[in-house]
Amino acid sequence: MGRKLLLDKAHVENIRLYEVYRREGGYRSVEKALKSMSPDQVTDEVKKSGLRGRGGAGFPAGLKWSFLAKPEGVPRYLVVNADESEPGTFKDRYLMEFIPHLLIEGMITSSYALGSTTSYIYIRGEYAWIVDILEQAIAEARHNGWLGKNILGSGFDCDIHVQRGAGAYICGEETALLESLEGKRGNPRIKPPFPAVKGLWGCPTVVNNVETIAAVVPIINEGGEEYAKIGIGKSTGTKLISACGNINKPGVYEIDMTISVEEFIYSDEYCGGIPNGRKLKACIPGGSSVPILPANLLLKTAKGETRLMNYESLADGGFASGSMMGSGGFIVMDDRQCVVRHTYTLARFYRHESCGQCSPCREGTGWMEKILLNIETGKGKMSDIDLLWDIQRKIEGNTICPLGDAAAWPVAAAIRHFRDEFEWHVNHPEEAQTRNYGLAHYADPLVLTA
Amino acid sequence: MPVQFSETALAEVKRLVARYPEGKQKSALLPVLHLAQEQFGGWLSTETLDYVASLLQLSPIEVYEVATFYSMYNLQPVGKHVFEVCQTGPCMLNGSDEIIEYVWEKLGIRPGQTTTDGLFTLKTVECLGACGYAPMMQMGKHYREHLTRDKVDQIIAESRK
Ligand SMILES: Cc1cc2nc3c(=O)[nH]c(=O)nc-3n(C[C@H](O)[C@H](O)[C@H](O)COP(=O)(O)O)c2cc1C
Ligand code: SF4
Ligand code: FES
Repeated sequence: MGRKLLLDKAHVENIRLYEVYRREGGYRSVEKALKSMSPDQVTDEVKKSGLRGRGGAGFPAGLKWSFLAKPEGVPRYLVVNADESEPGTFKDRYLMEFIPHLLIEGMITSSYALGSTTSYIYIRGEYAWIVDILEQAIAEARHNGWLGKNILGSGFDCDIHVQRGAGAYICGEETALLESLEGKRGNPRIKPPFPAVKGLWGCPTVVNNVETIAAVVPIINEGGEEYAKIGIGKSTGTKLISACGNINKPGVYEIDMTISVEEFIYSDEYCGGIPNGRKLKACIPGGSSVPILPANLLLKTAKGETRLMNYESLADGGFASGSMMGSGGFIVMDDRQCVVRHTYTLARFYRHESCGQCSPCREGTGWMEKILLNIETGKGKMSDIDLLWDIQRKIEGNTICPLGDAAAWPVAAAIRHFRDEFEWHVNHPEEAQTRNYGLAHYADPLVLTA
Repeated sequence: MPVQFSETALAEVKRLVARYPEGKQKSALLPVLHLAQEQFGGWLSTETLDYVASLLQLSPIEVYEVATFYSMYNLQPVGKHVFEVCQTGPCMLNGSDEIIEYVWEKLGIRPGQTTTDGLFTLKTVECLGACGYAPMMQMGKHYREHLTRDKVDQIIAESRK
């Protein structure tokens, strides 16, 4: 059984409460950092740990922190990204819901390193009940002297606020998130300047994912080098994976990134295999934006090596035969499932979530959705498949933010690996219409009237 | 009737505004719109939007452009109970389509519609971060997960009480 650093205490009864969390060793990282380390020493430990951002892009956290501009007299901000809206991803929710003090503790230690005296959590609007849980934890932390003025007599002041979004996947993109936190539409900004130089209200800002900030706690407690010993290669530490789809035990798992994909899917410690005696057909291993892989390429790389649950191995083979770790949203499909239909729902999602600033993304996502709906409901032509391919290629790389790529990749990978399924739909229009429960009947009303 | 927050709601607005630096009260816009939606029957009328604008010293357009961007703000009246059923891929793999169809059949409303007695609205929404507990829907502040036909029957009966 792998080591757990984040969720090891998640099942302790009443761990949500401050007293229990503290009794189990909580807030030690704050004591250690504020009493015996300088802010730069904290950043150094995070650098040594090799921790990579857990929000999807996998950028080294310590390096990001070291880019933070520090002009005299200008406030700096830490903003935690709890927007979690990538289909398949529900790990941050689990962490905040069951062990909220871990995030608060990580934020205090990180705020100290960055010099942020007011830090924010931007949480997706739908997680309304978690806002209450977090505010309760913040109030307890403040009451016990971990937040407020002159924490532990160190001279460091810090406060944390929870900001609720209102339903927009795009606000997970860091600059759209900052716009939203400023009370505006979630339109991503053109970069540069990066948030590290000009972020919230024009001030230097670090945006990190919930899990990234939570991981700072064990890193400071145990030391960056110790943390880096867990895992393999550039995939250090542990990773939260939210597993869903057609598996026996959906849920959130903390894994050591040395286990194989096969073990993750079939072992009883994790997903527990595919239900109802069905077979594994395909999987999207890192949230809806990353390429789908057919079972054969999922379990073994194109070179025939065992595929592991980590950044390097999941990406092995590039987009031709690999995928990505992404946000850790692991979506499993059994052999009853229709790849065209699943891809259609994702295309609809991206059309709905495009902020509309760039034409390739705004128009392209709409076209992809319509064409996929046509193919799925038996109204597609063979040339539509090539048209889809062409559209996704023209979106990728031609937009302000990566949502464009995120919309293009799932379509590209579905055609790349499951072209025969698209062709089947075109060649069997009648069956395509009836076999999938007549999807068009309750497609988004917007599509029906368009 | 003029739109007006209660004393408690006004105090909450004050608390929200105080979380940002001086002069950055615009940051309170999203939370204040949530509050307004709760206070005024689950949706935001133009009068409500104008009221929020004056409260935060913003021009009305700044409020309109935000209210129309985010999917959680209802710009039309909704029923007393809103069923927001997730329809994205992972939920679809576990039968969200059948749940949507069942609610439709049971209440006689399509996605986007409200029952004539004003009790229920059915909405289809995109991934709510509950993919492992599919199929699911949001009702107000909470999630109802692992939905089945029986569970839907139960929820409807509960709501009618
Ligand atoms: C469309 C889009 C949606 C995103 N959604 C999220 C999200 O919900 N949560 C998150 O942490 N990062 C999300 N990201 C990544 C953020 O832009 C950013 O890279 C991340 O928050 C940085 O934190 P990390 O380095 O700790 O991962 C998203 C990016 C894009 C382009
Ligand atoms: S790529 Fe799409 S979501 Fe991103 S800025 Fe452009 S239009 Fe908006
Ligand atoms: S797909 Fe329905 S909650 Fe994620």
